[in-house]
Amino acid sequence: MTDPAGEVAVLARGLVRRFGPVSAVRGIDLAVRRGEIFGLVGPDGAGKTTIMRMLAGVLRPDAGEIHLEGVDVVADPERAKPLLSYMPQRFGLYEDLTVAENIFFYATLFAVPARVRRDRSQELLAAAGMLPFRRRLAGQLSGGMKQKLGLVCALIHTPRVLLLDEPTTGVDPVSRRDFWGILYGLREHGVTILLSTAYMDEAERCSRLALLHAGAIRHCDTPARLKQAMPGALLAVVTRDARRAHAAVEGAAGVLGLLLMGDRVNVRVDDAERRAPELRARLAGQGIADADITPIEPGIEDVFVALLGSGSPA
Amino acid sequence: MFERLYVMLVKEFLELRRDRWAMFRLIVPLLIQVLVFGYAATFTVNHVSTVVLDLDHSQASRSLVSHFVATGRFDIVDIAQTQLQVTHAIDTGRAVVAIVIHAGFAEKLGNGRTAPLQVSVDGTNSNTALIALGYVSLIVAQFQAEAMANAWPLPAGAAAAGAAVPLQERPWFNEGLDDRWFFIPGVIGTLTLIQVVSLTALAVVREREVGTLEQIMVSPIRPFEFILGKTLPFFLIGLADVALVTIFGVLWFRVPFVGSPLVMLLGSSLFLVAALGLGLLLSTLARTQQQAFALNFFLVNPFFILSGFAFPIAAMPQVLQWFTLINPLRYYLVVLRAVFLKGVGVDVLWPPLTAMGVLGVGLLTLSVLRFRKSLD
Ligand SMILES: Nc1ncnc2c1ncn2[C@@H]1O[C@H](COP(=O)(O)OP(=O)(O)OP(=O)(O)O)[C@@H](O)[C@H]1O
Ligand SMILES: [Mg+2]
Repeated sequence: MTDPAGEVAVLARGLVRRFGPVSAVRGIDLAVRRGEIFGLVGPDGAGKTTIMRMLAGVLRPDAGEIHLEGVDVVADPERAKPLLSYMPQRFGLYEDLTVAENIFFYATLFAVPARVRRDRSQELLAAAGMLPFRRRLAGQLSGGMKQKLGLVCALIHTPRVLLLDEPTTGVDPVSRRDFWGILYGLREHGVTILLSTAYMDEAERCSRLALLHAGAIRHCDTPARLKQAMPGALLAVVTRDARRAHAAVEGAAGVLGLLLMGDRVNVRVDDAERRAPELRARLAGQGIADADITPIEPGIEDVFVALLGSGSPA
Repeated sequence: MFERLYVMLVKEFLELRRDRWAMFRLIVPLLIQVLVFGYAATFTVNHVSTVVLDLDHSQASRSLVSHFVATGRFDIVDIAQTQLQVTHAIDTGRAVVAIVIHAGFAEKLGNGRTAPLQVSVDGTNSNTALIALGYVSLIVAQFQAEAMANAWPLPAGAAAAGAAVPLQERPWFNEGLDDRWFFIPGVIGTLTLIQVVSLTALAVVREREVGTLEQIMVSPIRPFEFILGKTLPFFLIGLADVALVTIFGVLWFRVPFVGSPLVMLLGSSLFLVAALGLGLLLSTLARTQQQAFALNFFLVNPFFILSGFAFPIAAMPQVLQWFTLINPLRYYLVVLRAVFLKGVGVDVLWPPLTAMGVLGVGLLTLSVLRFRKSLD
């Protein structure tokens, strides 16, 4: 992990939070540089939401400190609030208000000037493909559109730090791409973005990733270097019956991990050149002769599984 | 800060307006309850079904029966011939009161001796029974007094004249009208308390449930701005409640309103602050609307019972009397009844007004402090 330079926008040290007997977050250190898009990934219950809420100042940590653009969030959450925007996993919308009214409400809470508000909501709604629904009641939107409206509301004021908890869950791919466009635009203005995501393609877009497991950060680096850090190499086994191939390969010598990917099985092995012929032979021995085995670059999902052990993400 | 408060208020009223049933839910139950209280909640008992067994068959016994009928309190539903029939009428619920005039009634009455008259009352509803029994003893006493004065036996026809003489009832029994005067002002306080506490608690808990509360809390809004924005609408609704029931009580039930509307406004405002504080406090104790609802039920009932609305505080055990001291409804009822019926001003009512003010500030402070904590 690179040493954070002077431009640290979000700094957390020794964060701990328990809920009764559950240790949701056990001693986390984070240093997010200004203008970074920092991703939190981890299985359900890993503590992503708990970390976000503490950073946003709505949940008090049991121990540890948080500094956001130099403001001590734990000691003075009120001073941190104008600096940040936090989009919870489930954004609270007023279902009896229209799309435009919800936006107006949040814009006013954050003291966005009227002129800026108009342009910005126009831009955001256009990106979300929601301009025709301005007068629709929020309660009558589809699930994905509600999520998008939440995102629009969270982005309506321009914060210094943006905390997004699984912002695009349930959002269609086209809108997701548009939103990433907006996020990149914000980054250019020096906004620091910290998001959690269950989508591996989104994780890949982050400048750095923290792999979270059971309330602790296991690995933290750029996606590229995380891939390099993955022990072993990856072989793609493509056959007609990937399921059978998965069963056949399981337990073979040198196999470190398996990931069933629909039409293929990603097999992580200790040594690609040595194991590829071995696997081919093993598959043929089990009656799978058409197997096509090629070395591939690992995706972040493979890294995720390799580094966090078994159990699938998302 | 005014922008944030303003937008909170706009939001609240928009939500209220969008809610098609809001007006219905706010007004109809209120009016129904006023009507129910106005008509049903009374200490007076009329038209008690009565069975009569006259074993004396004298003019005096017949006169006594017509005394009962003439008051309008008793309806003779059955003339029994035997004691068995009387028992049957009571057992089957056909009659609530049985009047049995034994043989020798007229004779003994004429001699100035204790006349054998037996009155039985179905005690299942002890309230009605007691009140009916009260009437019976009054009517009999009246009858006896007349009989003595007229030196029984009377000439024929005099019985009717005797019955026409109005009963000299003690004031306790003359509350046919006053009951309503007593109840309607109380209804204002009780209904407003129930409505305002539950509306406030549910509204805040709903924001917590939906997640908008967390959203608002990460914005630069201050807790007191949020609380003010959240409670001000219910304060206005509460005042509208008070006005509505007052107007209804005065126009429909003809309850006199002799006091000053300003004193009423002052008292109502102080009471509403306390009620809002209570609702907020409740919202910090509940995670879900269901919990808030249950808590509300749990809380409002004692407030009602320990308010002096129907049960005299002086008759309660000492411990419960202490509890009434922290009950804003208790003070509000004093103010309401005084303003409605006595027309006294702040010079007399300052103690309950002050008490409500102190309770209101206390409850509100407590709830704001708890509110901060409950956000975690
Ligand atoms: N308010 C709470 N009360 C009690 N336990 C909680 C609370 N919030 C979180 N937890 C517990 O803390 C742990 C971490 O939860 P958290 O919501 O942070 O996980 P997450 O990584 O966001 O999961 P997901 O991907 O499902 O959103 C879980 O075991 C959860 O049950
Ligand atoms: Mg979460």
